[in-house]
Amino acid sequence: MKQQIPLVLVFVFGVLLAIQYFVPSEPSQRFYEVALDGLTVIGIFAMVLGIWSQIHVGYNKIKRRAEDWQYSVVTLVSMFGMAFCGLSFMGGLNGPIFRQLYNNIFIPIQAAIFSLLAFYIASASYRAFRARSAVSTVLLVAALLLMLRVIPTGPLADPINQIGSWMLMVPNMAAKRAILIGVGLGSVATALKIVLGIERSYLGKD
Amino acid sequence: MTSKIAMRILTAIVALIFLVSWITRSGSGMSDSAFTNVRDGFLITFAVFLTLSIFSFLYRDNPFYKFAESLYVGISAGYWMSYGFWSTIVGNFVPRASRSLSEFFHVPYQERADHILIYIPIIFGLILLTRLLPKIGWLSRWSLAFIIGATAGLNLTRYLRSDFISQVSNSFIPLFVDWKGAGDFVSHISLAADGQFIAILSNWVIFVGVMCGLVYFFFSKEHKGAFGVASRIGIWILMITFGASFGYTVMGRISLLVGRITFLFGDWLNIL
Repeated sequence: MKQQIPLVLVFVFGVLLAIQYFVPSEPSQRFYEVALDGLTVIGIFAMVLGIWSQIHVGYNKIKRRAEDWQYSVVTLVSMFGMAFCGLSFMGGLNGPIFRQLYNNIFIPIQAAIFSLLAFYIASASYRAFRARSAVSTVLLVAALLLMLRVIPTGPLADPINQIGSWMLMVPNMAAKRAILIGVGLGSVATALKIVLGIERSYLGKD
Repeated sequence: MTSKIAMRILTAIVALIFLVSWITRSGSGMSDSAFTNVRDGFLITFAVFLTLSIFSFLYRDNPFYKFAESLYVGISAGYWMSYGFWSTIVGNFVPRASRSLSEFFHVPYQERADHILIYIPIIFGLILLTRLLPKIGWLSRWSLAFIIGATAGLNLTRYLRSDFISQVSNSFIPLFVDWKGAGDFVSHISLAADGQFIAILSNWVIFVGVMCGLVYFFFSKEHKGAFGVASRIGIWILMITFGASFGYTVMGRISLLVGRITFLFGDWLNIL
């Protein structure tokens, strides 16, 4: 029950969804749509697990008065507050308070966190862009060309734009194709291992 | 003790700046309603406070940053909870599940003969929640098995088609475009972007680049001799991609920073 049924389910759904592609018909298309919807719906239940885990960790921290427990209060209050503002009688996703919280808290913090990375990426650029070898010089030139394409460089703008576009469309595409071919092969091999029950780490130990 | 006093002084200064900003922004509001001006003044000041709290991490980890970070975790969890409920449960499940529920949520009911199928994922979803009950937690593996099996089955054809077959077929391209002989090629040679020479060169770079890139990722044979040369060319080609990706990332982050600076100096301080 603990091991065999999950293996059978993985095999059945894996094979059926792989086969449906080769049987272009209405029932097979319907099965495909139901499976995709199913994955989304189960994802919502998985989110419930994640939120429960967040509440559990936060509650325990507050109860034990662990270090920095005050921040768990902030997290839990803001989480419930935001969810409450998203309720039907508050206007749902288009409710005025929900939109205000989204625009004035969620967006500014998110943008600030990501823009914070600009400072760290500056120091990373210094290390990565030092032309210590021919290979790192190629990295430097490619990155510089790409950045120069979008800034005004006067009479140099046209040639830089042309060389930059060619670099993106040709050598960059070649390397991306090599990577994608590798990713494709790896994904197919992993999917086959899972469907055939060779890879079972998702079942846990017992 | 000294650091606690310093922290309290700093908090008081921040609170004072916050208050002054709130009052100033409320006073310079554009709306006729005093309440709207006060509310907008508070919201913009609070957004500034949060932005500066996040930037304070550049100095070191501190309570302001931790506060903003915790607030973000909570707000985003609440946001995704609401979004998931309205877009997936109400938008996807309710219209197919029940007429009365559809009427309650004001969404059009979709009558279908096979609407019973939509309950299967709900059952799997409920089974997933058994993870919260230690005695029957193993049942959640069934739902996990559905997710993993379905994803593996879908990926099997999807990756094979888009990441493998289409990439391989697009890499096998003519290496001599519009070839009418060496004499014609030499007499018409030019560096024009749409010329024959550039077209031939591009196709050679793509074909050789893909092959050499693949050779670099082939670890079952030692990279020596001709194989080593191809592998080194592969590294060069890959470095161009990594450089381009790095350049894009730098530009993306810098533009976000510019956005935040514009917000601080434009929307808040009205200097820009």
